[in-house]
Amino acid sequence: MITREQVEHMANLAKLKFSEEEIDGFTHKFSEVLSYVEKLNEVNTEGVEPAYGVNNHIQVLREDVVQEGLSREEVLQNIKENQYGYFKLLKIVE
Amino acid sequence: MAYKTIIGLEIHTELMTKTKMFCSCTNAFGGEANTHCCPVCIGLPGALPVINKTAIEYAIRAGIALNCKINTHTRMDRKNYFYSDLVKGYQISQDDIPLCEGGHIEIETEEGTKKVHLERIHIEEDTGKQTHTTEGDTLIDYNRAGVPLIEIVTKPEMNTPEEARQFLENLRSTLKYIEVSDCKMEEGSLRCDVNINIVDSETGNKTNITEIKNLNSFRGAVKAMEYEEKRHIELLQKGENTVKETRRWDEVKGETISMRAKGTVADYRYAPDGDFAEIVLEDSWVDEIKNNLPELPHHKKERFIKDYDLSEYDAGVLTASKDLATFFEETIKYIDDSKLVSNWIMGDVLRRLKDEEIEIQDTKLTPKSLGDLIKIVKDGKINNNTGKKVLKEIFDTGKEPETIIKEQELVQISDEGALKEIVSKVLDENEQSIIDYKNGKDRAIGFLVGQIMKASKGKANPQMVNKMLIEMINER
Repeated sequence: MITREQVEHMANLAKLKFSEEEIDGFTHKFSEVLSYVEKLNEVNTEGVEPAYGVNNHIQVLREDVVQEGLSREEVLQNIKENQYGYFKLLKIVE
Repeated sequence: MAYKTIIGLEIHTELMTKTKMFCSCTNAFGGEANTHCCPVCIGLPGALPVINKTAIEYAIRAGIALNCKINTHTRMDRKNYFYSDLVKGYQISQDDIPLCEGGHIEIETEEGTKKVHLERIHIEEDTGKQTHTTEGDTLIDYNRAGVPLIEIVTKPEMNTPEEARQFLENLRSTLKYIEVSDCKMEEGSLRCDVNINIVDSETGNKTNITEIKNLNSFRGAVKAMEYEEKRHIELLQKGENTVKETRRWDEVKGETISMRAKGTVADYRYAPDGDFAEIVLEDSWVDEIKNNLPELPHHKKERFIKDYDLSEYDAGVLTASKDLATFFEETIKYIDDSKLVSNWIMGDVLRRLKDEEIEIQDTKLTPKSLGDLIKIVKDGKINNNTGKKVLKEIFDTGKEPETIIKEQELVQISDEGALKEIVSKVLDENEQSIIDYKNGKDRAIGFLVGQIMKASKGKANPQMVNKMLIEMINER
């Protein structure tokens, strides 16, 4: 079972805001999803190594050679405010 | 009542690779803000991080040098949290399979050598750098975002701030020796967080662990630990406890200030990073890194004792910093007398470094100028005291010793005729001293030698003066 407090905690970690009704809804839905997934616990996994992916690819490593990145104009082009070439943190008014 | 302090350390070190951890942007320190960035390190959607092979190699080097087990099957994980210096909303790090596990560093305590064990060393990326302006704005530079880091976590096995300081000194020395990091605390390439709490040995009562951040020097770290030790003990004595929290060290006020309550590990929601496949390292590659590991401090120390016939203490001091050890070995190329070079470095050179709180590589002294100077003194061209004066002049001006000696006319007077003239003049002026000496007052000789050195502006050959003086008095 998932409690209302746990949902609020998760929302807080994700920096999301919900109405009281939404939180009630999530509490109910989370519990349903969890109990469904918990069915997997019935499978006997003794002696089975955990798997993190389905393919057998091995990570490729990159040689340590510098390549040109973006220009500062490109880096800053999508941001709302900049100052002296820095990203400026927007002030949040509650 | 007896209290026991328990200290564990977390050290972040930036690796000296050419490029960042997951992209080919330059890993040069500083630079104009936001000019060392690309879609990967500023976290643009669709960018694919690819691991820097040299960063892995350096981390393995550190692992081998610190006696760790290297995990040849490992992976990258995401550590999720929101903070403005973190572009993606997560940091690419390692969770339950760090690249290096276990290991230890030896320190010297009153009870003898103590092994401080490591929990792990893992690889991760650095975050951007925030600057707070006087207008209350926060500006962010992402040049540092994605710089390769290793995080070294110790077991909570240190029991005094001094033990922690020694651990840090030895760690820094080793990391510099194996050339994986320049370990400059002032530039943030070595950062240290302290976890500390106190146990009452009688009742078994413990305080909650405090994490201390914002430590900018080893000295600051020691002061912060001493402050926390006291704070924890005072609370225990009042029957109270500390809060499990993160505190910031304020160097100016000399105290720690509460920053925030510490969340639980689960709040980071670690999960394997799907941008990476499993990392599988060839054993042969790890062996190759091991075989090519630069000489470690304790090996160098043993070699110095053996090859240069130095005492254990002297060899220890000379090899404590790689730069000093290299300076020593370079200097003896110019003057083949390891004991004499060791004496000069251990004496006047180190005193100067200590007084100015600088390192040997930050001075104007070079192995050649020191070697030449020692040779000039050894050959008797100038005497020891003048040599010290010339050394000071080299530190101040960076001039060659020959130039200084020539400019200031410091060449030792060893010409018998010239010396005789000076001695004779001094004796004429100090007849009372001659009488004193003849009456058995040996102190008079010291005074006369002083007068002769003064008259010769410190240039008289002291051995010749001593001999000549007695002879000439007896002749009178």
